[in-house]
Amino acid sequence: MEWIVGLQALLQATVRMAAPLTFTAVGETYGERAGVINIGLEGLMLIGAVTAYAVAFASGSIWLGVLAAGLAAMVFGVLFGVVTITLGANQIVTGAALNLVGLGLSSFIYRAFFGTVTDRAIQPLETVKTPLLSQIPVLGPVLFEQNLLVYAALLLAPLAAWVLNRTMLGLAIRSVGEHPKATATAGLSVIGLRYGAVAFGALLAGVGGAYLSVAYANQFVENMVAGRGFIALAIVVFGRWSPLGALWASLLFGFTFALQLRLQAANIQIAYQFLQILPYVATIVAMILLRGQSAQPKALGVPYTERA
Amino acid sequence: MSEQTLRLRLAGISKHFGAVHANNNIALEVAAGEIHCLLGENGAGKSTLMNILYGLVRPDAGEIFLDDKPAAIHSPYQAIELGIGMVHQHFMLVPTLTVAENVILATRPLFSLRRLRETVIRDRRAIERQVGEVAQRYGLKIDPAARVSSLSVGEQQRVEIVKALYRGVNLLILDEPTAVLTPQETADLFQTLRSFAAGGLSIILITHKLHEVMAISDRVTVLRDGRVVGRRITRETDMHELAGLMVGRDVRLTVDKTPARPGAPALVIDRLTVVGGDGRRLLDNLSLQVAAGEILGVAGVDGNGQRELALAITGVIRPASGAIIANGQALVGRTPRQIADAGVRHIPEDRQHMGLILEFPIADNFVLKAFDRAPYTAHGLLQPAAITAYAQTLIERFDVRTPSPALPAANLSGGNQQKVVLGRELDSQPRVLVAAQPTRGLDVGATEYVHKALLAQRDAGAAILLISTELEEVLALSDRIVVIYEGRIVGEVPGDRANAQKIGLMMAGVQTASQAGGEYK
Repeated sequence: MEWIVGLQALLQATVRMAAPLTFTAVGETYGERAGVINIGLEGLMLIGAVTAYAVAFASGSIWLGVLAAGLAAMVFGVLFGVVTITLGANQIVTGAALNLVGLGLSSFIYRAFFGTVTDRAIQPLETVKTPLLSQIPVLGPVLFEQNLLVYAALLLAPLAAWVLNRTMLGLAIRSVGEHPKATATAGLSVIGLRYGAVAFGALLAGVGGAYLSVAYANQFVENMVAGRGFIALAIVVFGRWSPLGALWASLLFGFTFALQLRLQAANIQIAYQFLQILPYVATIVAMILLRGQSAQPKALGVPYTERA
Repeated sequence: MSEQTLRLRLAGISKHFGAVHANNNIALEVAAGEIHCLLGENGAGKSTLMNILYGLVRPDAGEIFLDDKPAAIHSPYQAIELGIGMVHQHFMLVPTLTVAENVILATRPLFSLRRLRETVIRDRRAIERQVGEVAQRYGLKIDPAARVSSLSVGEQQRVEIVKALYRGVNLLILDEPTAVLTPQETADLFQTLRSFAAGGLSIILITHKLHEVMAISDRVTVLRDGRVVGRRITRETDMHELAGLMVGRDVRLTVDKTPARPGAPALVIDRLTVVGGDGRRLLDNLSLQVAAGEILGVAGVDGNGQRELALAITGVIRPASGAIIANGQALVGRTPRQIADAGVRHIPEDRQHMGLILEFPIADNFVLKAFDRAPYTAHGLLQPAAITAYAQTLIERFDVRTPSPALPAANLSGGNQQKVVLGRELDSQPRVLVAAQPTRGLDVGATEYVHKALLAQRDAGAAILLISTELEEVLALSDRIVVIYEGRIVGEVPGDRANAQKIGLMMAGVQTASQAGGEYK
């Protein structure tokens, strides 16, 4: 029976590790379906992580921290929008700059306000057992014995999929990333839709980052996102630009994170550095396997100008 | 057509882009139930005017009246609200969505708490039924559940029309709607438009084809250089008068052509097959021959393998099987450079992407195929003086209107850009010339120039393969005509006995036994 306990712990950790990826990747899926690629997710997640930690530390409320993280990242998302959507600058270069801003700013804020604080711990986000459902063997603890943010991530993906596929708003978002001019001539605002999608994506990246500091590590560490923003970009591709696809891909990558932690703990005779690269190797392998797939929105990364 | 009610009145519309007056004080009136043609050459300002009406472009000055009420149209949304629909030349459809999804896009609110239920697409089947009913009511055949990417251009155009009708339209604008249609599809479209007009719908048709104006319109407004240069009641005018108005001088509508004196076969294509990335046969065992001193016209609807034929001959793409022989030399497997050196020259269909490097100076574009040879290169270095001198001579010979060979090719008009391509490809007397859509997007004057140049090459002994989707052009220039359909040659007629009706049927894939293969060989 010991292996079942081990498996259960591994899967529980998988879901826990997948949650921040799910938030960020689902948000980015919306942005990319609208035709804007934001490679600055890493930076947005760091901004979210530090904001959530700082606000939670100061106010004592983790939820206030998460809210602030979402809003702070959204402000930077809108700035990204001004540069790329309104001014039509290159999205990749702007996203790269956003990563640098996020890394620098989060470290700066942390050092400026917490450099001399000795007791930096915050109250962890508690696990909430879902009545009855958590009693199901294996699957119960894995899916129904988690913190509220994990539940939110698991519910977000199907909800986002429903909005994208079954509402007029979703139809508009799917159109604008494929053929912005057709969308404009149908009477919609390309600019407005893109700002909305990018802001929503940034908000979720902020929440994804917040998860890491207030629901996972219970503290902020410089550069704690550790490439998850880039992995989320790969997840969007791996999930074929669909929110549910992003959820499955997040779980897959969450599994690699959880697995390498287990393997380290299991005291296997491999240098831990090799185990740590597992999620990143998985990302590269996934990108190679998926080369040449054409589910990508046609107008992705192409600025829209209203010149007729 | 009832003259009493005025559906649309435009007064004093002006718009300039930089120094160019795209629209200069334009007035236009369209009655209810009228089909009104807006005639003009490329760049005359037709599309700008209609984009202003549809809210895509803001005018510098002028007023729009709909049903005698002033209308402020600042976005397509407002235009749609006012009952204006537009079928764009390049269809505004999202290929990855279904027909029904394209039709209902933006017809209901995206957010609304009060009308929350309308923001949800609850039953796709019901919506598809609804769209199907609208199409059927107007006699348009479409499958609402089909994905747009799987439709033919003719079907896509019907979707565009249904899209406008579904929104409730009383003024329908069609921008060059026949450019992508076969003659039969055009006839069907005109039939449909006439029945719409009989029902009270006002229609504005943008075109530069004179016979269309005569065939469909009640009245015609002619634009030239952004101004209205004439208004006519169609039955009181003729093609000749309209052509004169459109171009601003007397033009000949036919090409002067002496009979060909064909020599030995110069280009022989034998069972050529090209397979696309998806495994489809884009060219399927295609065979043809072109003799020295003749023009072989390849007629067909866009997308039936014309592109692949031109690219395979010139070595840009590699055929799966078959042989291409020019002047006794096998071309398959050679590089485009080697093929060009063998005297096979190419006027590519897309001059802005394949024919020229727009950002490069005109002079450099002239030597794209010879820049690394003497005298343009010496000791491994480019010789700007030699290149400029050569460019100067070609600019004079081919009448390229430019102040300097140092200007980027992007600064030239379409006609002058094509002259640069012609200069480069024709200067070293080609033995075989592949001319793909050589006049696409050119005005009447430039078209005339290109036609004359092609005929001169023919008379100098070149074998010319003329690939064009403009049937008029194929009929006017060719000594023989073959029709391409789904990668195969489905029929051949001699140039002088060709008739548009028969070729049109073959272009649509309708083929009778007598037309199959070399009836006239």
